[in-house]
Amino acid sequence: MLPYIVFKLILVLVILGLTLLIATYSTYAERKIAAFMQDRLGPDRAGKFGLLQPIADAVKFFTKEDFIPAGADRVLFTLAPAIAMSTALMASVVIPFGNSLILNGMEFPLQVANLNIGVLYISGVVSIGVYGIMLGGWASNNKYSLLGSIRAASQMISYEIGMGIAMVAIIMMSGSMSLHDIVQQQAGPIWKWNIFVQPLGFIIFCTCAFAECNRTPFDLPECEQELVGGYHTEYSSMKLGLFLFAEYVNMFVSSALMSAMYFGGYNIPWIEHLNLPHNVETALGSAFFFIKIFFFIAFFMFIRWTIPRFRYDQLMHLGWRILMPLAIVNMLLTGIILLLIQ
Amino acid sequence: MEIAFYVLAVSAILSALAVVFAKSPVYSVLWLILTFFTIAGQYVLLNAQFLAAVHVIVYAGAIMVLFLFVIMLLNLNIATEPVKPVYMRAYEIVGGCVLCLTMVAAIHTSSFEFTPVNAYDNSIGTIEKLGVTLYNNYIFIFEVSSLLFLAAMIGAVILAKKGDI
Repeated sequence: MLPYIVFKLILVLVILGLTLLIATYSTYAERKIAAFMQDRLGPDRAGKFGLLQPIADAVKFFTKEDFIPAGADRVLFTLAPAIAMSTALMASVVIPFGNSLILNGMEFPLQVANLNIGVLYISGVVSIGVYGIMLGGWASNNKYSLLGSIRAASQMISYEIGMGIAMVAIIMMSGSMSLHDIVQQQAGPIWKWNIFVQPLGFIIFCTCAFAECNRTPFDLPECEQELVGGYHTEYSSMKLGLFLFAEYVNMFVSSALMSAMYFGGYNIPWIEHLNLPHNVETALGSAFFFIKIFFFIAFFMFIRWTIPRFRYDQLMHLGWRILMPLAIVNMLLTGIILLLIQ
Repeated sequence: MEIAFYVLAVSAILSALAVVFAKSPVYSVLWLILTFFTIAGQYVLLNAQFLAAVHVIVYAGAIMVLFLFVIMLLNLNIATEPVKPVYMRAYEIVGGCVLCLTMVAAIHTSSFEFTPVNAYDNSIGTIEKLGVTLYNNYIFIFEVSSLLFLAAMIGAVILAKKGDI
């Protein structure tokens, strides 16, 4: 039992570290991709190719003056960025980052918790994620912050529904809510990946994930022309840093979810024919999983610098009148096809 | 496990008290969310993971967000308690005492010797068990309650579109 607990602790630390590292360098990648798409150079001063830029940013965030506005609610103003960050980190607990390692005859799964209700846990975490933004906007005692946070919250609530129903279709296909089982069922040839059986579901899920992360084209909560900076207008220093960083962590988690639920997770198609040792196969699978995650993160960024922002009524229209009915149709179709196959 | 139960129970009671005693409604809502989390923790201890997750999603994730919306939009953020007339306070005290008396009487007359109906089952409370039970033993009640939900949803839409219809 003891080696098992020690392994889990190490795994938690590794995943936390990796999440933060990837989120840190996502900020760098975002600037480089933006620069590439706008025909600029991007950050190139700190270190070789500007690779030390995220560290310079972090130093800057930590050393700036930490300002709390006079009319603000001090407790909630401080608590809000912490809530935003911790809820963003919580979802990675149920993501299977690899199959399992066999050391000394003991099997150690590369997943912190294989919850029986993994998918529901994810929707739970997503639904609590609203609080950080809402409290931050309210506690700032600023009209623009409040408006921005209310926008963000209503957007996230609206798109949670489509996301949830799209996930229900996946649960129906695999007959399990555990993300480990969902990934395991996509093992083997490439056409067993859920993207080939649930293409509509993937498009819905992906759109909703963009909205949940408050990324362009759904970044209305921080619409500069109307709302100054949205819910984080009054924030400065590392508190602002945590809000911005939480967005990148959310992006990492949604990319991981998309690749786990629709793109086979850590499964490499046809790898079982190579007869590799179990641990090598796991390591290769994890590497493949991270490649998929990086692909989706890059996808998020390319979309951000390609598509302009929606108008707020268009956003609500898309969420409630297009995505939700589509998700329900997708769920019904899945059910009918599953019944016919039986 | 017992320690976890007591920690959760004590924090549930303390945060429930904080809901009542908090001056600002926003803090009340936040303490209430904490109460829901501790209760969800109790469900997990009872092996009812599904119930715990749904409890968090529905209460903490949806209903409390709605409460926060209402409080923020009504601007109830001034930490002042409304001044109530004396007869209102008298009513409140009498009502509270009666409720307290009822609860004490209920606890007094009930016995606390439990005999489990079924032997302990590791998979009890999991989503598979719950689904089988719901769709076999309680299918009629389940369908009727979903019809009720549908009616409530349609009602909400009609209320919201009052002018257009």
